[in-house]
Amino acid sequence: MKRIFTFFVLLLIVMGALLTACGSSETPAEPAAPAADTAPAASDSTAAEEPAAAEPAAPEETTLMIGFTTSQTGKQNVSSTRQVNGLMLWMDQVNEAGGLELSDGTRVKFDYVTYDDESNTDRVQELYTRLATEDGADFLISPYSSGLTAAAAVIAEQYGKVMITTGAASDSAYQQGYTQVYQAYTPASRYLTGAVDLLTTLDPSVKRVAFVYENSKFSTSVVEAAKVYAEEQGYEVVLFEGYDPETTDFGPFINKIEAAAPDAILGGGHFQDGSTFARQIDEKNIDVNFFTLLVAPPEPDFADLGQAAVGVVGPSQWEPLAAFTPDSATEAGLDWYGISGDEFVTTYEGAYAGEEPSYHSAGGYAAGMILAKAIENADSVEPEAVRDALEDMDILTFYGHVKFDTSAENHGLQIGHSMVYIQWQEDASGNLAKQVLWPLEGATADSLYPKP
Amino acid sequence: MDFLSASIVDGLLLGFVYGVAAMGLTLIWGVMNVINLAHGPIIALGMFGVYLIFTALGLNPYIGIVLVALLGLLLGVLIYYVAVHRVINAPHLSTLLATYSVNMMIIGVGTAVFSTSPRNVDFSLGSVELGPITLLGSRAVAAVAAVLVTGALYIFLYRTRPGRYIRAVANNRDAAELMGVPSTRILALSFGLGTMLAAIAGGLIATFFPFTILAGGVYELKSFVISVLGGLGNPIGALFGGLILGVLEGIIPTFMPTTWVPVLEFVLFVLILLVRPSGIFGAKK
Amino acid sequence: MNGLRKYSGLILAIVVVLALVAWPTINGKDITREVVFTMILSVALASSLNILLGYTGYVSFGHVVFFGLGGYVGFYLMAVQNWSLWPAMLAGGVASGTLAFFLGKAILRLRGGYFALATIGVNEAVRAFINNYKPFGGPVGLSLNFSVYQNYGGGAREALWLSFYMLAALTILVIIVSYAVRTSKFGLGLLAIREDEDAAEIMGVRAPNAKTWAYVLSAIFPGILGVLFFFKNGNIEPAPAFRLQLSIEMIVMVMLGGQGTVLGPILGGAGYQRFRGFLLTNPLFKNIQLAVAGFLLLIIVLFIPAGIIGWVRNRFPKLRRVLQ
Repeated sequence: MKRIFTFFVLLLIVMGALLTACGSSETPAEPAAPAADTAPAASDSTAAEEPAAAEPAAPEETTLMIGFTTSQTGKQNVSSTRQVNGLMLWMDQVNEAGGLELSDGTRVKFDYVTYDDESNTDRVQELYTRLATEDGADFLISPYSSGLTAAAAVIAEQYGKVMITTGAASDSAYQQGYTQVYQAYTPASRYLTGAVDLLTTLDPSVKRVAFVYENSKFSTSVVEAAKVYAEEQGYEVVLFEGYDPETTDFGPFINKIEAAAPDAILGGGHFQDGSTFARQIDEKNIDVNFFTLLVAPPEPDFADLGQAAVGVVGPSQWEPLAAFTPDSATEAGLDWYGISGDEFVTTYEGAYAGEEPSYHSAGGYAAGMILAKAIENADSVEPEAVRDALEDMDILTFYGHVKFDTSAENHGLQIGHSMVYIQWQEDASGNLAKQVLWPLEGATADSLYPKP
Repeated sequence: MDFLSASIVDGLLLGFVYGVAAMGLTLIWGVMNVINLAHGPIIALGMFGVYLIFTALGLNPYIGIVLVALLGLLLGVLIYYVAVHRVINAPHLSTLLATYSVNMMIIGVGTAVFSTSPRNVDFSLGSVELGPITLLGSRAVAAVAAVLVTGALYIFLYRTRPGRYIRAVANNRDAAELMGVPSTRILALSFGLGTMLAAIAGGLIATFFPFTILAGGVYELKSFVISVLGGLGNPIGALFGGLILGVLEGIIPTFMPTTWVPVLEFVLFVLILLVRPSGIFGAKK
Repeated sequence: MNGLRKYSGLILAIVVVLALVAWPTINGKDITREVVFTMILSVALASSLNILLGYTGYVSFGHVVFFGLGGYVGFYLMAVQNWSLWPAMLAGGVASGTLAFFLGKAILRLRGGYFALATIGVNEAVRAFINNYKPFGGPVGLSLNFSVYQNYGGGAREALWLSFYMLAALTILVIIVSYAVRTSKFGLGLLAIREDEDAAEIMGVRAPNAKTWAYVLSAIFPGILGVLFFFKNGNIEPAPAFRLQLSIEMIVMVMLGGQGTVLGPILGGAGYQRFRGFLLTNPLFKNIQLAVAGFLLLIIVLFIPAGIIGWVRNRFPKLRRVLQ
């Protein structure tokens, strides 16, 4: 009898403890949102939760909540931070300008909530569900990287929230039947095709190319598409091989490349392995005419490699030197939208203590611009209307051309934007600088060919 | 065949450095039966130590390594007293988790301070071409340094009093205590030596590879493989284990795709554990 | 009366899980469901690991290999062979159980740290292999088409609720198995192995067999759970599937609650995830959450090595019958 009594008392205690744990756990999560915010939060988010109800009343001002996760820790930390910096810059600028104005006089401002996804997928879905339901996010921006975005897309789709993806290039996420997801980046399948074209222009006699790549989701998708394209162009692929993402010593791998004797090397992966690879290619004095790497070369930090960086070509989503202007928009018959590239660079450097923007930063900013333009075009903050506006979007910005695939098979895939190809060159005074090589009409310098 | 010989040389040079890293792990295991799961972060701290000394003070990285070694020794003694000493006689699980908690703390604080952006010690000693082989200065020096460190460790363990104490404690702690060996201090010293070796290896690696605060993880896994190859608890065996691993990494890519290297490495690792847990050179128990 | 008394440990454990499951069911909030999903997934994983770790004392450091492999096998069947979730989950469990059976025959001969190292090696080897294995998508992994979710109750939202209740059912099943093992003769044999393997053998425990079956039991559920988790996740890649850190977290949860008890891993798993979630979203700690978690882990390892339940059991011997 006594035991049963103890049992029930204990049961009550445990349940009580659990409930208080649950109850109190709700509370710490709540203040996290306003704490992460810079702008006023609580009252706005409730207003934003029911935009439909707010709409007909035509209030003076409405605030939309943007939700996303940031990789504050873990291996994507650097790129993710830049991406979020870009997005924040866009938001500050819009809010400082008094918000977007709709035809009925409503002013639309933006606010945000973000959490740390730790660069891994375990909690991405939990956090995006929190953003979509608890925090009342009206629109979502993707995390950085294709893997995390794929997990977040399931949630965006489930709650019918429009999600602009940036920093997520893999094509596969747009072939899963999603209807709410729109890609700002040029997809992986077109990352290196321009480099092949560039090579053809530079030296038609080159035939032997090697594809060497990080054995990861993104780089494998890139090179598989590029290989098909290169073979169509009549190239002979003398080596097609991956390396483990954890590789630090490329010695044996480089010896293997040397044995295959290619004229051109295309591939790479992310920043860490790419810069290591470039450094070791240089140390080993590999004689190759054309050397293209993914992701690493466009990063300003690539210059830390010194001489090893000279001559390395890299595809970039956006470059400070890429000259998209209102004039080029008129020429192409497209709508121009947003600030100029120069203004982006100056305001970005002003906002982040002189940090030079990389294409991740521009991608973050572009994601915000795409959303803003869609709201303006829709003349509404209704998700349905904004989605329709995204379907029809066809604009030119400092970031480049933006247009989405609207077919059922590839819905949301970016089809307007394309890559620019840069090369690290030494200027007259011996300083390293990036120059745009391709597309030719945007080129800022002649190619350094063959690579020294 | 040119590229086979080039790859073997590359692998050998790197193998010396891997060996030093593994020596740290295996020494701690041998003396106190603790698998140090903070090994990787300590290697990373060694890298950052050299990086900071090089960029902030402008000192030659090899002088930096001497400083880093000293700091590594102190850090190890500290970790021992704070995290390991209390659970030294508890089951394996406790020491594994205790050192893992140190791992979490180093990575957590390290990420907050340094972020995970890659660092690069911009330092080169040039290279020498010998036929098909390109010999990199920094790697050759690292290999020589690794041999010196091994030699010094050997002399320390076999020719000095504290070294003899360490071996005595490794053999039989209770007996050593009865003979008047101050076992706690000796355990702390051994742990310090282990982390010192890890920090030195990290410093050497930093002179030729870029790294992040998370970079130690790879070398920690490699150290496991090497320690087992050379016999867990056998520091000198670890150097040979390192060489074997280095050569394997050099020659496997010559006949199959490079991405299969880790598959073969870890399969080999498990097989050796099963067939010869005392390592290739270990004496049979 | 007698029955209740006899099974009070099990009932308490199940009630705790049911209370967690009831929470989102009552308030109907999706976010609560997600939070509880993460918690009871951890509960189930920790309880599975406990069957090996807690009862036999063998430290499987690479236990995530079963989660990843099961997940991959099931996901492949769903995404490529168009299987339904249910048989795919079964297949995932069978795959993991089979691996554990053959692996167990080989590596359970190793003791202590050697066994722990071998399990890490196995996990790394399997991860590296899948990274090269084209039918499973190699490094690119596999994804599910969003329309698949319509087959599970009409839409993604229903599919997610369904996954949640499925997980809840599995978790309770794990707990029942864990309890049954602990109170059976088989379980007593395992505990004897934990205390002294050689002595146990002399006393007539067929240690190699018993260990292998404990290993298989503790591997089947992570395999099934892997399929469910990645089904919900929508895609699978080698690195997240075989994340060594998840294995270590599983051990931490078991430790935290109290190894070798039925209730311990439940409290440990739920508590750990709750706590990590709190640190992650708390503005004060979110930048150094990993370091804070590490510090607290150290405190627990050093000062309460028996875990919460173990500590309570030692302090209040009367509660031992209830807190199993």
